[in-house]
Amino acid sequence: MRVVQLPHLGTVAAWRDEARMLALDGIPPEAVLWRVGADAGDLFGSAGAPAAVGPSVTLKLARDAVAGLETALCHSDPERFARAYDVVLRLARRDLRWGDRSDPAMCRLLLQEKAVRRDIHKMHAFVRFREVGLPTAPRRAFAAWFEPEHLIVEAAAPFFARRFGDMDWVIATPTVTARFEDGALSFDLSRSTARPPEDATEALWRTYFANIFNPARLMVSAMTSEMPRKYWKNLPEAALIPDMIRTAPARARAMQEAMPTFAPAYTDRLRPVRPTPITGPAVTLATMKPALDACRRCGLGVCASQAVAGEGLAQAALMIVGEQPGDAEDLSGRPFVGPAGQVFDRCATRVGLRRQDCYVTNAVKHFKFSARGKVRLHQRPDAAEIEACKWWLNLELREVAPRLVLAMGATAALSLTGNGADISGRRGSIETLPDGTRVLITLHPSHILRLTDPASKTNAEALLTQDLNQARQLAGLRSNTP
Amino acid sequence: MARKTIQDKLAILADAAKYDASCASSGGQRRDSRDGKGLGSSGGAGICHAYAPDGRCISLLKILMTNFCIYDCVYCVNRLSSQVERARFTVDEVVHLTIEFYRRNYIEGLFLSSGIIRSPDDTMADMVRIARTLRERENFRGYIHLKTIPDASPDLIDEAGRWADRLSINVELPTEQALTQLAPEKSAQTIRKAMADVRARREAAKDTSHRGTRARRFAPAGQSTQMIVGADDATDGQILGSASQLYASYKLGRVYYSAFSPIPDSSHLLPLIRPPLMREHRLYQADWMMRFYGFAHEEIAPKSGMLDLQIDPKLAWALANRAHFPVDVNKAPREMLLRVPGFGPRSVDRILAARRHRTLRYEDLVPVGCVLRHARPFISLPGWSPRGLPDDENLRARFAPPPEQLSLF
Repeated sequence: MRVVQLPHLGTVAAWRDEARMLALDGIPPEAVLWRVGADAGDLFGSAGAPAAVGPSVTLKLARDAVAGLETALCHSDPERFARAYDVVLRLARRDLRWGDRSDPAMCRLLLQEKAVRRDIHKMHAFVRFREVGLPTAPRRAFAAWFEPEHLIVEAAAPFFARRFGDMDWVIATPTVTARFEDGALSFDLSRSTARPPEDATEALWRTYFANIFNPARLMVSAMTSEMPRKYWKNLPEAALIPDMIRTAPARARAMQEAMPTFAPAYTDRLRPVRPTPITGPAVTLATMKPALDACRRCGLGVCASQAVAGEGLAQAALMIVGEQPGDAEDLSGRPFVGPAGQVFDRCATRVGLRRQDCYVTNAVKHFKFSARGKVRLHQRPDAAEIEACKWWLNLELREVAPRLVLAMGATAALSLTGNGADISGRRGSIETLPDGTRVLITLHPSHILRLTDPASKTNAEALLTQDLNQARQLAGLRSNTP
Repeated sequence: MARKTIQDKLAILADAAKYDASCASSGGQRRDSRDGKGLGSSGGAGICHAYAPDGRCISLLKILMTNFCIYDCVYCVNRLSSQVERARFTVDEVVHLTIEFYRRNYIEGLFLSSGIIRSPDDTMADMVRIARTLRERENFRGYIHLKTIPDASPDLIDEAGRWADRLSINVELPTEQALTQLAPEKSAQTIRKAMADVRARREAAKDTSHRGTRARRFAPAGQSTQMIVGADDATDGQILGSASQLYASYKLGRVYYSAFSPIPDSSHLLPLIRPPLMREHRLYQADWMMRFYGFAHEEIAPKSGMLDLQIDPKLAWALANRAHFPVDVNKAPREMLLRVPGFGPRSVDRILAARRHRTLRYEDLVPVGCVLRHARPFISLPGWSPRGLPDDENLRARFAPPPEQLSLF
């Protein structure tokens, strides 16, 4: 039997070195007796028969396996060293897969790893520092007493060093004490069990704890499952809990039984009044945006972030009408700034058409979408929504009074001409409205984005460019090539 | 009237802040103070430093800067017409409390909200000043969550996002109509616009310029929102629909559901009820199903619009869609395994990892972390066949709590 003595401090690192050597020597798990602390002499005599030697094994483990083992080894179970040694040998020989819970030893080890991780997490949460130096000192000094369930001080302390880098602190536990002084972290065996003296700020903390509690939602089991009673004795706020629980039902009842009150007279004088947007015939291009934002002629306004009004020259000779705002337009409040807007700009630049010389808008002013996880999928507006939004498009047509309107896509064509027929046969042609307004029909730039085949993409883009050129000429705009 | 001490103010302003459900401190930028020049660390998993007997975690110092407010939202304890005691913290008081609590490891950081005084811009400017003082004067590297006032100017929101880890704007109520009715000074459209701005700024902050310089950080831990449940008559279906729209539109980290809870000095316009805690719990479960289990919101809420309070929504979905079951645990794709009651994302990942090496048997499922009491009727694998269970008419009765005789009096 081989007896391995591990130190109280640096236990896990020492185990790692020992395990590596034992494996190289080919010592099987059943021939090793693991101990922690100073040698108290083996009751059964360590110098038994020499262990049977197996094949030599070089320990090489995956990173997650090493991290998991090191965590699990902080558990208080005395069997953990032997179990971990057995597991690493089998892992190294490929008899076992890391994470295979059907193996009882692996399953046990992973459960212990989880218990240790939880204990470390609870230590990070429930250590309560008390100030032991002067608040005015250049480096303030704090101390805490904590009783973890497992041997986690060395694994848990670096967190405190990262968090409280500008102060000195000591965390004492029944076994090990962690000390952080002038930026250096060190560990000792604990010599005293003295708690640091009470701190004046604790009264403020208790006040906070008592008042953040809502007595109408008493749920004691939800509290104790996350903050088990074993931690309470070192938490300054925990002394309040029994009383808070006892008085909660009466406090909640008192709130419910109190008569509701009527608003005092000063309420109406003090509350601000939100300006109501101008609506109806008084709206002009300049005052259109707030009125559009508030528009609920159809149901789209309650889902979109904002309405997107038209933009550009107020007396433009050419008015360009798209379908509806997309995700990017909905966020920014400006028309044609998303991917389809980029296609439009590319084609327009080719024929020397500048946006600032036209008026750009959409047939429907709010974004219609369906929510799919983290994205919004564009949905085509229906006839009723187009009809409802026609009021706004008419307003724009009236105010801008363009020489020519360019309808991009079926929705714009439907809104302007009342004819929603397939536009592939209509594109490039001019349709005249009853009031004499001339409408040139073309593709919508997003149609180009949806095409997958490169040849038809190029083709469609050429058609749009050609129509934009025709629109520019018919509107009598000069070509401005950069 | 005697001047209020910091303790008095803390009592009033913590009490006023407790109706905000959020207390998350996870995610965001990784920072620490190992250099010895500052205080605090953040990033990674959040830590709950204490739990109150209402079962809610206390991770942040959650307070109001002031509970004076010129808005009159009917459901709110701090509304203009409420006669609760009022108080106001100074910038230094909030900074002092945050730093002293943080040094004693009571909290992960600050969650600052406020009633609206004078104007939205004045209030927001004060809140931003607190965050800036913490970061610049105190070198505070812990977590800061600022409740953003939707009507505040874009410049202030921009600065808030520079100092804070998370910004949140409460939509308050699931429908625009209810908001207009109960919170007439607020505008649902302005709230959505403000959330859109936060999303746009966050996306811009992630971009790098053509020279590779990073834009200034903006709310690295994202944005969240809260909806009050039970103050209006919206159905669970409407609430979930509204939540899924918010997730998709503004890339929210979380939507919090807060059961409308009795408040001191309630308004006659909104009678008090017992807080619908079970409904709130079911909504959170449904929310998880949308975010981690691949369910669409239309699938979750039944035709009646209300979730079953007796059984969890995933089980309810499985019972209503039995044609998909039993699922062959050794063959089914991830998406289908996630729909099995009693299987979670982690146990499904473990099943998939184990499946690559061998065929799973029934007895392997417990160590993997599956809840077999729920899963049993819906799965088949070597060692277990549900036989007629998926079609059993009384299947629901196996899960629902036993019926109770109502009180006759």
